[in-house]
Amino acid sequence: MNKLLAEEIYYDMVLGRLFELAAKEHYMAGDIAGFLHLDIGQEGFSVAAMKAFEKGDVFTTYREHVMAISRGIDPQAVMAELFGKASGISRGRGGSMHLFDPSHFFYGGDAIVGGQIPNAVGCAYARKFLGQEDGVMVVFGDGATSGGAFFESLNNASTKKLPLLFLCENNGYAIGTKITRVAPFEKQAKKAEPYMLTMEVDGMDAVAVYKAVKEAQHLIQDGHGPVFLEAMTCRYEGHSMSDPGNYRSKEELEICKAKDPIERMEKVLHETYLLSSEQIDTLRQRAQKVVDDAVEFATAAPEPELEELYTEVFCKGCANVVS
Amino acid sequence: MLYREALNKAIDEAMAVDETVVVLGEDVGLYGGSYRVTEGLIARYGEKRLIDTPIAELSIVGNAVGMAMGGLRPVAEIMTANFALLAFDQIINHMAKYRYMSAGKITLPMVVRFPQGVSRQLAAQHSESYEQMLSAVPGLIVFAAGDVNYAYHALKYAILSDDPIVFIEHELLYNKKGEVDLNAEFDPFKARIVKEGKDVTIVSYLKMVDDVMAAVPEIEKQLGKSCEVIDLCSLNPIDFKTLESSLKKTGSIVVVEEDHKMGSYGAQIISWAAEEMFYSLDAAPLRISGADVPIPYNRRLELASIPTPDSITEQIVSWAGNNGI
Repeated sequence: MNKLLAEEIYYDMVLGRLFELAAKEHYMAGDIAGFLHLDIGQEGFSVAAMKAFEKGDVFTTYREHVMAISRGIDPQAVMAELFGKASGISRGRGGSMHLFDPSHFFYGGDAIVGGQIPNAVGCAYARKFLGQEDGVMVVFGDGATSGGAFFESLNNASTKKLPLLFLCENNGYAIGTKITRVAPFEKQAKKAEPYMLTMEVDGMDAVAVYKAVKEAQHLIQDGHGPVFLEAMTCRYEGHSMSDPGNYRSKEELEICKAKDPIERMEKVLHETYLLSSEQIDTLRQRAQKVVDDAVEFATAAPEPELEELYTEVFCKGCANVVS
Repeated sequence: MLYREALNKAIDEAMAVDETVVVLGEDVGLYGGSYRVTEGLIARYGEKRLIDTPIAELSIVGNAVGMAMGGLRPVAEIMTANFALLAFDQIINHMAKYRYMSAGKITLPMVVRFPQGVSRQLAAQHSESYEQMLSAVPGLIVFAAGDVNYAYHALKYAILSDDPIVFIEHELLYNKKGEVDLNAEFDPFKARIVKEGKDVTIVSYLKMVDDVMAAVPEIEKQLGKSCEVIDLCSLNPIDFKTLESSLKKTGSIVVVEEDHKMGSYGAQIISWAAEEMFYSLDAAPLRISGADVPIPYNRRLELASIPTPDSITEQIVSWAGNNGI
């Protein structure tokens, strides 16, 4: 990893953290409603995965603000979407859980646990069919690996040797239930072992995640078939803003926070890339400015027009509704 | 041409004009489709485009959604309506919603097709109808093919359309004979007037259209009146224009459907007539539906659970008497 990329990853992580903190604040203030799933604590995982899987399609879950921004979607359009405004990336239709932008090869934003996995399988089939070789990455949580959609997808992706990276973000909790209470093992890669190569990485270490995702992408591109990569992470907040997270002890959370990915990356910047504290501060300030601007933009953005209600249900000229 | 041959021709021609059309489902490839709809296509287009899938319906539709996102035009076949229930998450939460949720950034040119309805003693888990549920989902277009011509034209249209379309067939229609008219202009959203008449409008779809047509001579004989029979064809959106002009002419409406009566699709048509056409009606609307029971295996009970030409005749004649028709 060169210095520029390391800086970029760090910057996106800080941007992600500050973005999420601002989202939290504006949720409390009533500017953001619905379900808001924060990625605080997992920024290293989210950012490094996006940076490593530079080309190719990404499918993910409802905890996707940081990924969307790191994928290159304008933070202003993401924040405006959280605010439900017309300038949002989904023009206020989707909200926090449904960010889509095919121009950045970002396919959501799915809020049915595990539901996006078969979609990613289909997309990988299509891309392979069309001779596009970048591959597809699907991100899901540990909770999704106990559902039928996941197992069907392991079966189908490996039967067809699809260029698909299954990226599991294992934060140890299926919503509010410790994963080991509802699954027979702590590490979910075991479920994928009979079907494909499995790998594990420390999800709190952005550099390690970057390397692992890169390696996995090379494998899937080389006709190796699908790969399962499991990243062990911690989320600091509850499952969503409506979850106080009482099922975790203070001690457990403290252990979590001691692994903070941003502090770790900062250390890497200092020690490996010899960035000064001032240089790091500059990056932070730049990120803070972007977040402040995003909030300002979202606040000022207009509400959708009421005519929007009935647009894009169908394609223009397709649903030739008989009048 | 047979109904299944018309469907085959539609898929074949769509595959020939657009190389991104793929077919996926259980037994659609080497086997040729459990109702022989995809017969011969694997020889012509290869297994890259005729994709045999495991018996996992969630993934058949879920993968089709992803294929459509990734640049293909998938045609997903589900063996029978009851199995489609396993794919309802993908049909309702994904196929129907991605376009709207993404503000049009995602387009899903795809078709999910399956047969439904009572065949012959297949019992409760292979005999049901789900047009009522699927027509109630915003974002889906629902076609129901009641005859050979519509089967061909509407399926070809559906495959080449950019919208997500549910294409419903009927278990008992695959060997139905009919002509495909290649010259006339075709609108898949338009209801089909199967028979013109001036006194009673009978609205139906899928196989019940045939049962209504079988009943009509006797009904007309007993009543001394003429019936207009309409095949809805597109269940969502509905061609209310055709219904309206028929209803204005006859002043009455009967809906005949195979499905259970509770919460049925036909109730929507009756509701429309009551709300929008009340002052054109000379008689109370009538809905003839299946019984509110799981479909039984025994043939006698099975036939008693759905409308038949005899029961349709009996109910319409009795209704006409009560309503002074």
